[in-house]
Amino acid sequence: MAEYVGDNSRTESSDESGPFDEWIPSFCARFGHEYFCQVPSEFIEDDFNMTGLAQEVPHYRKALDLVLDLEAMSDDEGQESEEPVSRSIVEHAAEQLYGLVHARYVLTKPGLQAMAEKFDHKEFGTCPRYYCAGMQMLPCGLTDTLGKLTVRLYCPSCQDLYLPQSSRHLCLEGAFWGTSFPGVFLKHFKELEDYVDRKTKETYQLKVFGFRISDEAPSGERMRWLRQYPKTEEELSELEKCEFQIPEVK
Amino acid sequence: MADVEMVEAHSDTVDGSDSSEYAEFWIDLFLGRKGHEYFCDVDTDYIIDRFNLINLQKTVSKFTQVIQYIVDELDDNALEQMSSARIDQLEHDACKLYGLIHARYIITIKGLQKMLQKYKEADFGRCPRVYCNFQPLLPVGLHDSPGVDCVKLYCPCCEDLYIPKSSRHSSIDGAYFGTSFAGMFLQAFPEMVPKHPVKRYVPKIFGFELHKQAQMARWQELQRLKLEKTLGSKGVNKGYK
Repeated sequence: MAEYVGDNSRTESSDESGPFDEWIPSFCARFGHEYFCQVPSEFIEDDFNMTGLAQEVPHYRKALDLVLDLEAMSDDEGQESEEPVSRSIVEHAAEQLYGLVHARYVLTKPGLQAMAEKFDHKEFGTCPRYYCAGMQMLPCGLTDTLGKLTVRLYCPSCQDLYLPQSSRHLCLEGAFWGTSFPGVFLKHFKELEDYVDRKTKETYQLKVFGFRISDEAPSGERMRWLRQYPKTEEELSELEKCEFQIPEVK
Repeated sequence: MADVEMVEAHSDTVDGSDSSEYAEFWIDLFLGRKGHEYFCDVDTDYIIDRFNLINLQKTVSKFTQVIQYIVDELDDNALEQMSSARIDQLEHDACKLYGLIHARYIITIKGLQKMLQKYKEADFGRCPRVYCNFQPLLPVGLHDSPGVDCVKLYCPCCEDLYIPKSSRHSSIDGAYFGTSFAGMFLQAFPEMVPKHPVKRYVPKIFGFELHKQAQMARWQELQRLKLEKTLGSKGVNKGYK
């Protein structure tokens, strides 16, 4: 709990610049929150966008007020309710609420634009795979429910999932980006797919003194398929057969 | 026994600062330096044996002096007389030569054993790929001549190459580990080859897979099933999870 207070005091160091610190920008500027984009308050104010979130986040009203910087109102309400909730609990709820709204916002057109800008600046990191040659990655959740799995990074070039390099990103909730984000992003920015298709599909082969290892050895190649792409006519027709199911192996 | 002692001495230098009062061996100082965690200690006997140094003579100037410097047999007087520029050059050459000898040493039986220990402790880092489940990595070079490319890390689980996380490591010359090390290592310790995960990721939108990516994934899975079948018909262990 004390952590959040500590975090706040650190980010609010620029107090002199304005009369008060807005919650959303200060949340996004926090250390380790580089993957978040700023959700405009109009998006959050629209009740339609918040459908169903009241059930998922505790102290929904107070959390919402905190996110939208309407704290004066929440103080009044605090007096009405029987047990006042401590600020750190509301702060935690506000973070969850913001994260879930964020997952919805990044699927909208302005949200995708904001994320594309971060993508271009490599703010989500680059693929650690050598042959992907520093391809930018996209944050991705493996579940849409809170508290299950942390965020993963999807590389559009090798179409694989990686763990964030830095430990400060390892504890971020995956649901704050959602399972659909990389898919929607790829479909929205078609040029990205074209770019990836044009990339060379080089792979690594284990060798000893220049000789490749036999497939029959225990250390022989077993994962070539993962980075394999059809090249010959025969393979391309095979790919066509895979449109809806995997054909039987003859 | 001697090996165990050496390892202990090595870890001591890592913990303590470089400027300890007692005289230390050059190799220990080299290994204790930040960013040199991938290297193992090469036996002095191995370095002194001229047979192991064939064809390395031309890589550095004043070869014999450099060797003496590495194994701490250089005269203190001779060292004192050198200019600081010469000492810097000597140090630089020593690092390079040690790296090249290291590449040869780690594919010998003793070297492989030392690297096995480091691999088990995941000194080379772990695979960042989600489905590889923190598999320890192995260092490999893409070229055997120095100054071409930096060291890469090989994951025995997904059989792919990764760039070291830290820039301290990603700037080490790949020739100091050699192109054959990972292959040699897995040949020597077949029990260290992990089971390969079959699971993979296909991007989804609201639970529906993207058609193009899913189709490609199905084709790749077909290739895997084909391989599995040919291996099965030969009675070879497939090694999938």
